[in-house]
Amino acid sequence: MSTLTGTPAPAAAPAPDRTALRHRLAERGVDRTLLLLLPGLVAVIALFLYPFIYGLGLSFQPQGANAGHGVFASYRAFFSDRFARGSIGTTFDLALPAALLNVGFAVPISYRMRAQFRGKRLLLTILVVPITLGTVLTAEGILEYFGPVGWFNSTLEWLHLTDGPVTLVDNYWGVLLSLIISGFPFAFLLTHSYLSGIHPSLEKAAATLGAGWWQRFRHVTFPLLLPGLLTTFCLTFVLAFTVFPSAMMVGDPDGRTHVISIEAYEQALQKFNYSQGCAIAMVMTALMFAVIGVAMALRSRLYTGSTGGKG
Amino acid sequence: MSAAIVDPGPVPAPGTGPRDTAVRRRAVALRPGAWLVWAVVGFFLINLFGVIATVVLDSFGRTWFAGWLPKGYTGSNYSDAWHEFSLGQVMTVTFELSFLVVGISLVLGVPAAYALARRDFPGKKAVMLLFVLPILVPPIAYGIPLATVLYKFHLAGSLTGVVLANLVPSVPFVVYTMTPFIEQVDPRLEAAARMCGAPTRAVLARIIAPLLLPGMLAAGILVLVRTFGMFELTFLTAGPTSQTLVVSLFSAVFSAGIRSAQSVDAMAVVYTGSMLVLLVVALRFVNPTQLVARTRD
Repeated sequence: MSTLTGTPAPAAAPAPDRTALRHRLAERGVDRTLLLLLPGLVAVIALFLYPFIYGLGLSFQPQGANAGHGVFASYRAFFSDRFARGSIGTTFDLALPAALLNVGFAVPISYRMRAQFRGKRLLLTILVVPITLGTVLTAEGILEYFGPVGWFNSTLEWLHLTDGPVTLVDNYWGVLLSLIISGFPFAFLLTHSYLSGIHPSLEKAAATLGAGWWQRFRHVTFPLLLPGLLTTFCLTFVLAFTVFPSAMMVGDPDGRTHVISIEAYEQALQKFNYSQGCAIAMVMTALMFAVIGVAMALRSRLYTGSTGGKG
Repeated sequence: MSAAIVDPGPVPAPGTGPRDTAVRRRAVALRPGAWLVWAVVGFFLINLFGVIATVVLDSFGRTWFAGWLPKGYTGSNYSDAWHEFSLGQVMTVTFELSFLVVGISLVLGVPAAYALARRDFPGKKAVMLLFVLPILVPPIAYGIPLATVLYKFHLAGSLTGVVLANLVPSVPFVVYTMTPFIEQVDPRLEAAARMCGAPTRAVLARIIAPLLLPGMLAAGILVLVRTFGMFELTFLTAGPTSQTLVVSLFSAVFSAGIRSAQSVDAMAVVYTGSMLVLLVVALRFVNPTQLVARTRD
């Protein structure tokens, strides 16, 4: 990082007798144009990198009851409390099924949607709506629609499928539903754009060689799609992993859906134990990067070259 | 879950060999797998519709405790919500915040995107990584340390603090949206302008800016939509006078019980309505698949 902020400096103040250096730098791409990078870079360093490092440092300076118990006291307090520690498992319990379901449904549907048909653009537009609705409105809608007297339960009872109302809000299922409603369109649009980047002639070639529907999907399209699917999985997983407003609103924030982001928020901004809040945020980031790292390691073992498409 | 793929085993595969699209399309429509897929999409859309429609209906209803529809309709929930949640002030803050964030992130992001698109320099990978991290790391994870820092500098709780927090994902977003746009602009155009004697200012104002305007518009609208709907960062840094619509909606829902559900819903509809207007505007300039796909590498 130090080289980045340092490099434009010689080009910025060129002395007349150092034109040779300036030319040599310009040959490597370092010239005054790079100064344009500075404002954005300063903003990201000051507002993202600095707070992050500050938070990392703060997490090693325990506060309150943890003070004076060593540098790792904030982390120890988090991991020794069973309820707090359990939030990690709770988060994975929610995020993994949500991400897998979203990606799993997105594949067949976008596979089907490759053909041109009337109203395709409209359907794509409708599917963008939940992304922009945001989690808060989705949660509000889920509370009413899937609630005990909502339309969903009324329909089930009207069809005599259930005896009493199915409890779908204020528990695990409510949060999972909200993760699917806001996450599925995202996963679908990503998968769709990956899939439309795979040229149809590849499948046609396989078909002329006598490959059936399933063989063409299994041996031609799917391997080309898999790197994109792993990226999609990562992005939907991150969205689900950091679920916050819906876990509070449609979930059971003090019990079954006490996810790690709620734990971090409560420590930092309700109990004002910034040190432990930052420690939990760091744990959260580390866990997230671990999952992304595994997915990306898998991805690097796959073919990621040309797919003959527009990409 | 992947039943749709596995299911149509025994069905013979049609469309082997080059046929015209009409035949192929009809063949696709006949497969049970296709029906299953469309059924899943239909089920999802019906429930999505239900989720939105209940909120909209309830916001116009008098009372709605049970049954299919509310008992009687009224518009008074909206005026109640307007006074109860001081929506006028909240809306002002929301739009001030959104436009400030759009403006500042364009000013900071577009030059950086230009430098990244045009120059190949040592350490470029690291700069790219630094710009992609705020998009990758979820807001709640860096929002807590950021809120701590903002409290330290007494900026949290004010509009300045909220703007600063919202710049974190927006500036990299502009950079990543604009870089491909700038790469598409042929550098020989700039060279030609310089050959004809144009100074840097003229090259910027009369060659680059007009060509980049569509890109800047698209990036700006996407940032506007994102900032308008951004919950976590605003929630962590906002004070009572700097709450945006989505944050005050959250507080209203979470502290429900003292307020009528109808006026909360009215606020939710105001939020959705504004969001939809923004969305329709955005979709005029941006392809929906780019909305999510453009941000990655």
